[in-house]
Amino acid sequence: MDFTDLTVKSAAELLAHKKISAKELFEMSLKRIRQVDDKIHAFLYVAQEQAKQQAVEADQLIADGEGFALTGIPYAVKDNILVKGMQATAGSKILENYKATYDATVIKKLQLENPVIMGKTNLDEFGMGVSTENSAFGPTKNPYDLTRVPGGSSGGSAAAVAAGEVLFALGTDTGGSSRQPASLCGVVGFKPTYGRASRYGLIPLGSSLDQPGVLAKTVEDAAIVFQIMAGSDVHDSTTLPKPVPDYSAFLKPDVKGLRVGVPKEYFIEGIQPEVRQIVEQGIAKFQDLGAIVEEMSLPNAMHALSAYYIILPVEISANLSRYDGIRYGLSVPGKNLEEGYFQTRSQGFGAEVKRRIMIGTYASSAGYYDAYYKKAKQVQVLIKQDFARAFERYDLIVTPTSPSTAFKFGEKTADPIQAYLEDIFTVALNIAGVPGLVVPAGLTSQGLPVGLQIIAPHFAEEKLFWAGHALEQALNLKLKPNL
Amino acid sequence: MNITPEEVDRIAKLARLNFDQTQKKKLQEELSSILDYVGQLKSIESKVPLAANHDPAAVNLMRDDVVVVTADPEEFLAQSPDRQGNFVKVKSILE
Repeated sequence: MDFTDLTVKSAAELLAHKKISAKELFEMSLKRIRQVDDKIHAFLYVAQEQAKQQAVEADQLIADGEGFALTGIPYAVKDNILVKGMQATAGSKILENYKATYDATVIKKLQLENPVIMGKTNLDEFGMGVSTENSAFGPTKNPYDLTRVPGGSSGGSAAAVAAGEVLFALGTDTGGSSRQPASLCGVVGFKPTYGRASRYGLIPLGSSLDQPGVLAKTVEDAAIVFQIMAGSDVHDSTTLPKPVPDYSAFLKPDVKGLRVGVPKEYFIEGIQPEVRQIVEQGIAKFQDLGAIVEEMSLPNAMHALSAYYIILPVEISANLSRYDGIRYGLSVPGKNLEEGYFQTRSQGFGAEVKRRIMIGTYASSAGYYDAYYKKAKQVQVLIKQDFARAFERYDLIVTPTSPSTAFKFGEKTADPIQAYLEDIFTVALNIAGVPGLVVPAGLTSQGLPVGLQIIAPHFAEEKLFWAGHALEQALNLKLKPNL
Repeated sequence: MNITPEEVDRIAKLARLNFDQTQKKKLQEELSSILDYVGQLKSIESKVPLAANHDPAAVNLMRDDVVVVTADPEEFLAQSPDRQGNFVKVKSILE
């Protein structure tokens, strides 16, 4: 049995039929990590002892007839999500020696089924980046081409799933951080509606935009995992107490009658021809499967990137003010309290983090607030209205995920705006709060993956899983890198 | 637009960040070009009430005002760089 061929679903079946044990799954996952992680550097920390213990417990639960969908399934967690007792660096020197004192709600929920946490994965510092090149602990490499980036910020999670080190991984998504790396690494990437899943225990980036995300090999796996993560939380007042439907009931092979809108603004100049072609083939596939596909317009969607790079830095400048070297994390003493703040933050934060704190501080400072922040919040209303109008007519919207495939290391580091443009197709969802799913749609002639992005109305995640699953079945790609 | 060196200094002070001269020069250019990019929004007609940003379905999530034991204080205190007994130690604020 090849561990890299397993999915959450198929491994759970093997466990249920006693054809494999959780301990064996743990050992296979560990062996794979030992085999390939030197090459791709997806993990910042491997929780060998703890994972082994969890696997033994999972086997006991299964033996007692108390196994669930995720019992004994090895997975990885992005290193900006708190797992009690484990490191949570957020990819930053400032949290290098921090140990989480509690579990994030999504971790707590998942652990009720006793899956096995294999470790913590790499990311751009605090989630600020599109390539993992901004990690303070060195970049992750794309399993399809080690000279290229895996995307980001959840690049470690996407690479770990693509390389078959684990069966799924958790990411976060503030502007595309789970979806863009999924597209670049040929895996499924999912971002829920803002308010559908708890942010408690996610190290905050932009609190009005952040959501936990899922990286998986199949849409069905993403649905199985998210089923358990979803729901309101007393520790996150922005979650909504809406019932969570049974997502697996929506996984059907066709999309008959589904109305799909294709926004013309997303097929701009500058998109790589092969990316465009692969996405268009995917859209044609929806038509073959019975969907009604129409070109439409989201007139303000392309302003989302500008609004995002005002709203997000403003929230970053506020959220990251907590790193003051007093209660936890790096502390560089100064001759007085204030100098300690300056020293700690200047030595602890990387260049991109400082850049965004500076932008956010500027855009929210006296005299500039109205011109930047208030304006961006007004444009956010326009973008939300665009989506609301579109979803009166369409069930789903389908777009490319990123204008290009995985790029070479260093290619977009000289000019920050070049990196920001990577998110041009993904940020509008966070600005509008709507959910999105990225499904692998094909490989370019260079063998690089391209993902197609599906967007649904607020709290209609089931439509994403439905359409995504149908597309995946029809395309039947079975992507796997040669590592 | 051009961010002046004085503005870089002003923002850095507000953000509690130190930069050397080379970094400041680079930041000045980068901030200017990023603000130019995001400043494109200024040309958009957007006279909309900001209240439209609030989801009418959103409700306050309340929990009972009862004491819940979360973690041992020792676990939190162990993270602090400097402590004295059960207190986090900070430098004096008044000199």
